[in-house]
Amino acid sequence: MATLEIKNLHVTVETDQGTKEILKGVDLTIKSGEIHAVMGPNGSGKSTLAYSIAGHPKYTVTKGEILLDGENVLDMSVDERARAGLFLAMQYPVEIPGVSVSNFLRTAKTAITGEAPALRTWIKDVRDAMSGLKIDSTFSERNVNEGFSGGEKKRHEILQLELLKPRFAILDETDSGLDVDALKIVSEGVNRAHQANDLGVLMITHYTRILKCIKPDFVHVFVDGKVAEQGGEELADQLEAEGYDRYVKA
Amino acid sequence: MSDSPKTAQHGLAEHTHGSFVPLQIRSDRPSSKSVSDFEAISPLQDLWRYLQPDQLNGLDSDVLGEYESEVSFVSTDDVKISWIESTDSRVGSIGVPEDRVAAAAYTNASKTLLIEVAESAEVKEPVVIKIAANHPAPSALHIFVVAKKFSNATLIVEHMGLGNLAEIIEIDVQDEAKLNIVSVQNWDKGSAHVSAHFSKLARNSFLKHSIASFGGDLVRITPVTTFTGPGAEVEMNGVYFASAGQHLENRPFVDHAAPNCKSRVTYKGALQGNKAHTVWIGDVLIRVVAEGTDTYELNRNLLLTDGARADSVPNLEIETGEIEGAGHASASGRFDDEQLFYLQARGITVDDARRLVVLGFLVDILQRTGVEELVERLTSIVEEKLGSY
Ligand SMILES: Nc1ncnc2c1ncn2[C@@H]1O[C@H](COP(=O)(O)OP(=O)(O)OP(=O)(O)O)[C@@H](O)[C@H]1O
Ligand SMILES: [Mg+2]
Repeated sequence: MATLEIKNLHVTVETDQGTKEILKGVDLTIKSGEIHAVMGPNGSGKSTLAYSIAGHPKYTVTKGEILLDGENVLDMSVDERARAGLFLAMQYPVEIPGVSVSNFLRTAKTAITGEAPALRTWIKDVRDAMSGLKIDSTFSERNVNEGFSGGEKKRHEILQLELLKPRFAILDETDSGLDVDALKIVSEGVNRAHQANDLGVLMITHYTRILKCIKPDFVHVFVDGKVAEQGGEELADQLEAEGYDRYVKA
Repeated sequence: MSDSPKTAQHGLAEHTHGSFVPLQIRSDRPSSKSVSDFEAISPLQDLWRYLQPDQLNGLDSDVLGEYESEVSFVSTDDVKISWIESTDSRVGSIGVPEDRVAAAAYTNASKTLLIEVAESAEVKEPVVIKIAANHPAPSALHIFVVAKKFSNATLIVEHMGLGNLAEIIEIDVQDEAKLNIVSVQNWDKGSAHVSAHFSKLARNSFLKHSIASFGGDLVRITPVTTFTGPGAEVEMNGVYFASAGQHLENRPFVDHAAPNCKSRVTYKGALQGNKAHTVWIGDVLIRVVAEGTDTYELNRNLLLTDGARADSVPNLEIETGEIEGAGHASASGRFDDEQLFYLQARGITVDDARRLVVLGFLVDILQRTGVEELVERLTSIVEEKLGSY
């Protein structure tokens, strides 16, 4: 059983107009096996939270803590965080020219586990995971995210989630831009990873439709850089019906 | 010295073109075997515009020393290698210098290294010519390769050590012959190398021509391939990696002067560090006679850091409409922080991320040489360069 704790997190970015505070005291605790949904209006800082946990250099933590089983995550480099068991499925995965998917996956797996995976089982694992996500086998030889459609990029993120087996995954709008079939495929992938590895999930989304496929234990309303309210699944339905007006005006 | 090297006295043919006339038409470039026919090199000349003359380390002077003891090889029955007098009628039959340094190489190399692949020879092992320099005096070297009819061979020309070399490599690929030639430039710091390659491809022949440039302050290669018979094919590949202060330049040219020939030009380069500079000028000319031509040229550059610069210019001159296909592409991209973040977010260290990207990018070209031992060696050179940054 592991715990990811975010305590009073304040984060700024440098903008053309100077330093801007985006996260204004986020508190959130996720335990292994729990699924947390984070919902909030555009620009409220959800991606900033995700990136800050992963350690993106653009974001500066000015106050607060992120602890993984009591260990200070903020002291770790981006790759150290990943090796410690944190995974971020990105809202906009970037293209990496010259690096094939198969080479990338193998290198990442080797980095995470500290040793090269046994070739035969690895090839089978990759093939199975790809077919589970209905990713064509020709993708192995393509460059990472290069020329992938929006939906293909999202599936590729979940492919990594399934193969790299992190302890905690932050999914930043993994459900956006997916049609109904793709949403089902991606959700099943997340559920598989959740069950197989007792994965803790922080799922950022705008829509309740994914919550029908991936059942959250907790729903957090995220407004203006912090958690404005938390509850169970029923809170998501209420948000869908009423919107965020109540929180934004407050 | 003539006021312009473009005078008719050296038998230069003038061509007429359609209504669109680019600044300088590739096919009109003057050529001569005499240094004095070329003006002093200046960045104002299109051919040398990316360089300062002092980067040539004296290779543009009238008088150069000669390489001979620096060159090592093993001659066999199938592939005879020997020094001949440069007055031999074969020398200069494949290509005539188109720039001052090539002319200096031509004039000053009194001997030419002749490499003859015997008719119908099937040569399994790669033939290696090693050029290991150990002094900086500007020098000349002339190599003449002939792949006789129906032969099939692989030739590796490796340049290393500290040297300043003006070089000509003539490559005569006869009917139905197959030649795979790789020129490796891995000079020590302080070296400059300017090399003009001229290849002629006769009927149904095949040439794979690769250059791999990694070491040397300046390496400039101008590989010219001319189709003289129908049905021939050339694959021109290039791979280069410029670190801080290095200038690596390649100007491949394919002259489709015969019908139904195919050319593929693929050059890829990586750059890192301040004032790492690469230049790629890829010219393809499809002459009136060259019906059924199929050509594609591509250059890609990967900039790993700030302060590096990649110039990339593809040119296509088409004089006939009856072609199979003609295309080109050029792109120079940055390896940016978002890419680095993505890889790191998957547990990969910064160093490994850079290695992954650069090797992934370059190894594809290395592998096209088809020489496993060479692929391994060149891969480790790339890794070393990455590590040394
Ligand atoms: N690098 C940056 N430079 C300037 N402003 C930024 C930067 N990153 C984020 N911001 C600003 O911070 C705020 C929060 O952005 P963030 O991307 O975290 O929002 P979000 O909740 O993920 O929104 P969405 O639902 O649209 O994805 C926005 O106002 C955004 O413009
Ligand atoms: Mg966002």
